[in-house]
Amino acid sequence: MMEILGIPAPVFLGQLLLGAINGAFYAVLSLGLALIFGLLNLINFAHGTFYMLGAFVSWLGLRYLGIDYWTSLVVAPLAVALFGIVIERTMLKRLYDLDHLYGLLLTFGLALVIEGVFRQLHGASGQPYAIPSALSGGVNLGFMYLPVYRAWVILASLVMCLVTWLIIERTKLGALLRAATENPDLVRAFGVNVSLMITVVFGFGAALAAFAGVLAAPIYSVNPIMGANLIIVVFAVVVIGGMGSIMGAILSGFLLGLVEGLTKVYWPEASSVVAFMVMAVVLMVKPAGLFGRNA
Amino acid sequence: MSTNEMSKTLGPDGGGGALVVGWKANRWWIAGLIVLAVAPFLVYPIFLAKILCFALFAIAFNLLLGYVGLLSFGHAAFFGMAAYISGHVMKEWGVTPEVAILIATASMAVLGVVFGMIAIRRQGIYFAMVTLALSQMVYFLALQSEFTHGEDGIQGIPRGAFLGLVSLESSLSIYYFVAGVFVLGFLFVYRVIHSPFGQVLKSVRENEARATSLGYDTDRYKLLAFTLSATLAGLAGATKVLVFQLASLTDVTWQMSGEVVLMTLLGGVGTILGPVVGAGIVVSMHNLLAEIGSVTTIVQGLIFILCVLVFRRGVVGEVSAWLRRRRSTKKHPRAG
Repeated sequence: MMEILGIPAPVFLGQLLLGAINGAFYAVLSLGLALIFGLLNLINFAHGTFYMLGAFVSWLGLRYLGIDYWTSLVVAPLAVALFGIVIERTMLKRLYDLDHLYGLLLTFGLALVIEGVFRQLHGASGQPYAIPSALSGGVNLGFMYLPVYRAWVILASLVMCLVTWLIIERTKLGALLRAATENPDLVRAFGVNVSLMITVVFGFGAALAAFAGVLAAPIYSVNPIMGANLIIVVFAVVVIGGMGSIMGAILSGFLLGLVEGLTKVYWPEASSVVAFMVMAVVLMVKPAGLFGRNA
Repeated sequence: MSTNEMSKTLGPDGGGGALVVGWKANRWWIAGLIVLAVAPFLVYPIFLAKILCFALFAIAFNLLLGYVGLLSFGHAAFFGMAAYISGHVMKEWGVTPEVAILIATASMAVLGVVFGMIAIRRQGIYFAMVTLALSQMVYFLALQSEFTHGEDGIQGIPRGAFLGLVSLESSLSIYYFVAGVFVLGFLFVYRVIHSPFGQVLKSVRENEARATSLGYDTDRYKLLAFTLSATLAGLAGATKVLVFQLASLTDVTWQMSGEVVLMTLLGGVGTILGPVVGAGIVVSMHNLLAEIGSVTTIVQGLIFILCVLVFRRGVVGEVSAWLRRRRSTKKHPRAG
């Protein structure tokens, strides 16, 4: 059997694939987090909750309304975006003039409430979500077995990240957005409705998280705490990448997923903490983060 | 508060914001001590001891948030790890409780320096994320290492005898022991806040760039404050183990870190009594809602939202603002 660095190739590549999938989720989540942070100066603690909501909306939709996976992929992010917009308009809006810590605390409270409600209603155990038939099965690549759905998750996340990046870096809307991130008052003076922009960006960030949630539903079981565990790692990703750059958030997400996968091969015990260890090292060497512009 | 006011008295009562001088100040201290001494005859002592442990934890946390403006979302790491260490040395090494507490607290001072050095490299909201991530590392460590016994935790930890002489097995004796630790911790933080060092910390909170320009090495002040806060959180965790004779994963989770934030926010950030009041309310709430599944989490979340949206000064902050308003509508108070 072929070996890579002393490990049988299928095992090595299998872990790398798992790492890439986790990395895809990290990338999509930290991308949304970075977008929201840029414009709102808010660390959205409820981002993991939006991810969980995305998964739950698609599970509930399938079970009670017969909404299939493909429709969910559009509907669930829209629903969660709407929810996010309501939150932004009714609560977060009141906090923009205060210390940024209050936004963090408010979204933390929100996360507790929403996760508590779902735990009360559905218990802590996971609900299975079947892989859509078009994406079931796998391909034997000769050196490893590649489940189609996993390939799809990576592809879909990559496309989503790239589209978002293109919108922000290459369109007029994106240019306005970047300008508003730099100096909202000036952009306002040019007659741009910045508060509408803030609302839309928050909704879009929530939608991204929910999109990741729908993608995750068939891989992990759908449960109320799936987001809470993930978001802390995503925070580490964000610190590693530096909030300043969109591409930084995407790259460090995938990178960290792969590092985690490799750690699972060589030092399984450390795989759950490797993200935090990398974060600590990056902070000591380059406090602004790998792609960050300033501290 | 101006430094002029500070020099006149032991310091304004951080909680009330009211100026108290000489015997009047002592009167409040004595009243507090009497309440502590009498309380276990009116309320279940273990419940009170639990409140005091969490109050000390919240005081430690508030030293950082209230007086340096740093929001740590990872203080459970110190609280929980100290619990494990003191539980371990008491059960496996058979040391007396005060030695166990000293070992655990000293270990948290070391951990505090290490985490502090990493965390203070980033400001504001980043600080919260970094501390959260670091504490999650401690959580996984506790989950996987041998001495913490993973999911089971360390159970059946003996309370032992204080100095090897006074048994702490009875509820009343453990209560008075915890109360003693609490008073020492409280006095220590009070002293720190009202020292010149404490004034520098507040200046870092208000305007770090200015403090730097005045020649203060703000990073060193922040690191020292972080370490003190971690150490005291460790003291609280190590003491809690004596009360419950159990060290478990609950104490190192991020939910626990969130809980201490809630206590401080609810009681009043930056007030000396706020964390104590907040701890009392949150612990009581836990006892009331413990039976009803996830309701505690939901209620906690709602309190968080409420505090942030309409109640940012917390209970103690609101009460003292009310007292101040009442006083100013009367005639001007006499000087001092």
